[in-house]
Amino acid sequence: MKSLVPANVLDVAHIRTDFPILEREVRPGVKVVYLDSTATSQKPLQVIEAMDRFYRESNANIHRGIHALAEESTAMYEAARGKIAQLINAPSARQVIFTRNTTEAINLVAYSWGKANLKPGDVVILTEMEHHSNLVPWHMLATERDLRLEFIPVTPQGLLDLEEYRQLLGLNPRLIAFTHMSNVLGTINPAAEIIHLAHKVGAIVLVDGAQSVPHFPVDVQELDMDFLAFSSHKMCGPTGIGVLYGRKTLLDAMPPFLGGGDMIKKVSLRSFTPNELPYKYEAGTPAIAEAIGFGAAVDYLQRIGLDSIAEHEREIISYALERLEEIPGVTVYGPPAEHKGGVASFTLAGVHAHDVAQILDTDGVAVRAGHHCAMPLHERFHLNSTTRASFYLYNTVEEVDKLIDAIYRVKKIFKT
Amino acid sequence: MDDLYRELIIDRYQNPLYRGMLEPNDITFEDANPLCGDELRIDLRVDDKGIVREVAFSGHGCAISQASADLLLESILGRSLDEVRDITKDDILEMLGIELGPVRLKCALLSLKVLKAGVYGLGEADDDLVE
Repeated sequence: MKSLVPANVLDVAHIRTDFPILEREVRPGVKVVYLDSTATSQKPLQVIEAMDRFYRESNANIHRGIHALAEESTAMYEAARGKIAQLINAPSARQVIFTRNTTEAINLVAYSWGKANLKPGDVVILTEMEHHSNLVPWHMLATERDLRLEFIPVTPQGLLDLEEYRQLLGLNPRLIAFTHMSNVLGTINPAAEIIHLAHKVGAIVLVDGAQSVPHFPVDVQELDMDFLAFSSHKMCGPTGIGVLYGRKTLLDAMPPFLGGGDMIKKVSLRSFTPNELPYKYEAGTPAIAEAIGFGAAVDYLQRIGLDSIAEHEREIISYALERLEEIPGVTVYGPPAEHKGGVASFTLAGVHAHDVAQILDTDGVAVRAGHHCAMPLHERFHLNSTTRASFYLYNTVEEVDKLIDAIYRVKKIFKT
Repeated sequence: MDDLYRELIIDRYQNPLYRGMLEPNDITFEDANPLCGDELRIDLRVDDKGIVREVAFSGHGCAISQASADLLLESILGRSLDEVRDITKDDILEMLGIELGPVRLKCALLSLKVLKAGVYGLGEADDDLVE
């Protein structure tokens, strides 16, 4: 075996002490090897404690309260928004809208911007590697509005076919919606180029950043993004909260999405005036503790540095790909390490992905098996399902070795 | 835990006795497990007295779902459709000889769900059929 042991960009041993769950034994004597961060990441003590502290010391509903706790809660909630704005370099925190998750952020764009701007026959370009969350909202709108959906194909290597994309731009699309990083192939798509070309034909661009924002620096101004959607729970924060970033002119012009409290300026019996940004899109009591936890997660990731996290993952994935490809019968899907993040989806000849995952679990190795909410992409590669191992800042080379050993055990049981 | 992959299951997965399709058939039904994308089709030939005479399954799935389909079909050969309607979840688990968590239980029961939906002549398979 070639030596490809990571050169310790991160002090992973120290980082792991922030994640008590990584010491968990899933059954007696078997410690968890958590390789499922693409589905959801683990949470550091800094996040867990921030949320705990909020409920112990500050909890109140935000915005209209005049009492001390309400003011404190409001300040904490808005401070979290500010941290997220800074993370993605948004021109203003008002352009950071809290949603439930990436899926809801995409649905917000489809329902609000889409219904206000798209008419029958309009072209929307998606890609073959989208998660269902960036397909189904557009299917629903396409049915209602009679839109034409087109798809940027995925090459056999697992990259977007940009030549075909240039051709599709000739259809004068109104919107391009694409994933910044595939949750199956790990492919990091050339966002700058895709967005630049889209803007040249006057299209609006929505970027699904669920897998990119947690893993490497994403700058909405540098990339000239119109919309960016991402979730807290994949980046060390709690579930139940996500973000839609939007260009101010677009957010100002769009109609509100959900109606209710907080999103209004004035209400009479028969009408309402929407509130200003970002509240216009935040109806009802939001996930306050979750926003504060999300802010703590952003602090945590920024203290470590997203550049360092990205470099650590690149080293882990390079090592993992090399070891996986040594195993007879294993096929890994997606581009080589230089084009991808820390995701390795693979098949093992003669064994169904569910069986692989089940046997891996007996060694504590937690991976995901199935279509990973990307059925069209699996069809593209003529696959029913894959097994996916994914890596984050707390994963180690030793854990990759445990994955490999466990795959050999699957082969032994299935005599392949 | 490795009991899950006891010899019988691996053997029936790798060398199923009843894999294939029957055309024409008297009863056919197919369904998918949305959790994993597994698909299963079951075809039966039944004689005038309502006795199952020929069986086949097709599709793709994990070792648990495929082995369970093969064993289930074997068990209904020569039995009446009334008897097939009475098969329960426990019968399947007894046949497989393993204990399963809630996720893998769906894999094991997919074949029974498909079989019963076909035998009852239903348009759709429902989890209630195997509960």
